[in-house]
Amino acid sequence: MVDQADGAARNAAAQPGGQSGVPSGPCQPWETGGNPPSDGRSGQGASGQGASGQGASGEGASGQGASPPQGHSQPHGAGEGHWSARLESHGIRLTRGPASPGPLRRARDGQLLGGVAAGIARRTGLSVGLIRVLIVVVTLLSTGYLGMAYVLAWLFIPAEGADRNIASKAVTDKRGIGLAVGLTSVLVVALVIASALNAPWVTSLAVPLIVCADGLVLISRNAPDEELAYLRSLADPAGLTATAPRSRRGLRFGIGALLLILGVYALLQGHERLALLWPLAGIMLFVGGITLVLGPWWLRIATEAVAERQARIRAEERADMASRVHDSVLQTLALIQRRAGDQQQVIQLARAQERELRAWLFDGRPPGSMEGQAETVADGVRLIQQEVESQHGLAVEAVTVGDCELDDDMSALLAAAREATVNAAKWSGADTVSLFVEVEQDSVSMFVRDRGCGFDPAAVPADRKGLAESVRARLTRRGGSATIRSAPGEGTEVSLVMPRSADDRVPGRT
Amino acid sequence: MSKPRVFLVDDHSMFRAGVRSELAGAVDIVGEAADVSPAITQIAQSVPEVVLLDVHLPGGGGQDVVAAIRAEHPDVKFLALSASDAPEDVIAVIRAGARGYVTKTISGTELIDAINRVAAGDAVFSPRLAGFVLDAFAAGHSADLGRPSFDPELDQLTGREREVLRLIARGYTYREVAKELFISVKTVESHVSSVLRKLQLSTRHQLTRWAAERKLT
Repeated sequence: MVDQADGAARNAAAQPGGQSGVPSGPCQPWETGGNPPSDGRSGQGASGQGASGQGASGEGASGQGASPPQGHSQPHGAGEGHWSARLESHGIRLTRGPASPGPLRRARDGQLLGGVAAGIARRTGLSVGLIRVLIVVVTLLSTGYLGMAYVLAWLFIPAEGADRNIASKAVTDKRGIGLAVGLTSVLVVALVIASALNAPWVTSLAVPLIVCADGLVLISRNAPDEELAYLRSLADPAGLTATAPRSRRGLRFGIGALLLILGVYALLQGHERLALLWPLAGIMLFVGGITLVLGPWWLRIATEAVAERQARIRAEERADMASRVHDSVLQTLALIQRRAGDQQQVIQLARAQERELRAWLFDGRPPGSMEGQAETVADGVRLIQQEVESQHGLAVEAVTVGDCELDDDMSALLAAAREATVNAAKWSGADTVSLFVEVEQDSVSMFVRDRGCGFDPAAVPADRKGLAESVRARLTRRGGSATIRSAPGEGTEVSLVMPRSADDRVPGRT
Repeated sequence: MSKPRVFLVDDHSMFRAGVRSELAGAVDIVGEAADVSPAITQIAQSVPEVVLLDVHLPGGGGQDVVAAIRAEHPDVKFLALSASDAPEDVIAVIRAGARGYVTKTISGTELIDAINRVAAGDAVFSPRLAGFVLDAFAAGHSADLGRPSFDPELDQLTGREREVLRLIARGYTYREVAKELFISVKTVESHVSSVLRKLQLSTRHQLTRWAAERKLT
């Protein structure tokens, strides 16, 4: 701690002949020894003392009460250190430590309100208490103008560690500015009434009052979260917040009731004493009392209304979900239990239900909406998957990359893919068919692959060739192509490609 | 090859029992858990080679388990096994550090194959995951192509990687992919691992945005 050692040194410096003085401060050894330590600062203080004679030092050393600073009587500059040292010898410390470099910042610890005083103290090295006392005194002397300056400093000086001040955020806060403007007009009306009631001293407070009120509104709306939390913790002891404990609320209620009674009393007494000042004070107390008593209650009603609406929305959502699960999943489960003997049908039911549930949970399509016309290629692929799985009882693993609108070309391509998938389901003997669809800038490709028995394309009898040929013919007419690769025992893959027409490509993938 | 030591994380006890019976004999199941925090403590104790991880857990996402374990046990590998097809779930768990993603409809033999592959340090791409990656990295998709890329190397797939992914999406096994492209299986594996790395490290905003868009449409 710098201040301890520093203060001790100054004490010693202030008492060069301290043997006869009342012992003061933590400097016992030096008093008996009579020799001040000879480090730089105290040496200077002592020499200044010696040159100026004993009068002042005698007074300081006797330590009777808080004598006023005697700096003006000192012949040279060393006196400044001298009077502050003597103040400190009475327990009033002016400095806390060395001044810190860097720009002025509002302190984020050791603050009382906005941290302006603590910030100044940190910047200059002066004591925080001194600065606070100065601010209060000057605020009173300047009829509030320094208070206004304080609020402005709060707005415009960034907090420690922050790179933006509150004002830069406040200028974008339209509701906050609206509130401030509203508050200003209310205050102006109140001040006009007050001055009409022949209380001219009120109008001299007008500008600082309005600026402070508006500034505090903007601060309370735009200060960073941790600062707001601190301010809330300040308001808590007065029971101003809705979450305050019961005893605090009792305190708040008591204060509010007291203000109300005082206000009513002032109103009743209005005619006799200080005729025009009392009603004004009465109204202010009355309004303050009502706010304290009823404000949190109103606030609670408002927040409860919001919570109630949210709970209702949640309940509706749950009811909706329950009815959908009932219509789909529960029905299917009941069906599966009844037909547990028919393995094939159970598999089909489970698969169809799974697909529907997936579409609902992950793609956001409600159950039952799967039927109907496909509008994009991806929709069409899903329809093929659904149809083949439910009619042929094998799994279709469909993967779609990209998507585009379904025009005539794409419908032909989808029809060909459906044909190939159904063919695989009928003839391959595999239990899974992979269907991969990729929509690219200039073309759409579809691949239908199974791991079934396969066949030798060269050895296909003419009556079964027709299917492949018709698919191929349909695609080539539109500029597409179809390739079939297969070998006995290795499964089959049908590749279908269709170029995209130029006007479709503009929006690209969705 | 010795049997890989496997840990099972899934909140459905029926599903865990099913997986256990399917894997019996092929792997050594060292433990199982039903939620995030017991999974983290038990995995840290048993230090398995592979964790089979459900993406959705009551106490959070599977990615929380991956993140917590990887800090202390980087050798533990994760294979996401989930009923969820939601792209954001898949992308989230892969980006947290899982070595692969398969759906719960996978057959027993394929699952054992995938576990061995992950245990050996390779990546496992199901056709669906391959499709997701192709979609997410698709060039035509990027509205922010003009944005300066943080690391262009990580933000796009090479032509060869794209080819490999397409074949996987078409249902090809790694061996079939290798045969089709006249490369070795090891090369296929290194392409897939490289894609996985890009998926995990790419700073592309698109990955997240793409996943969010897929959810909405």
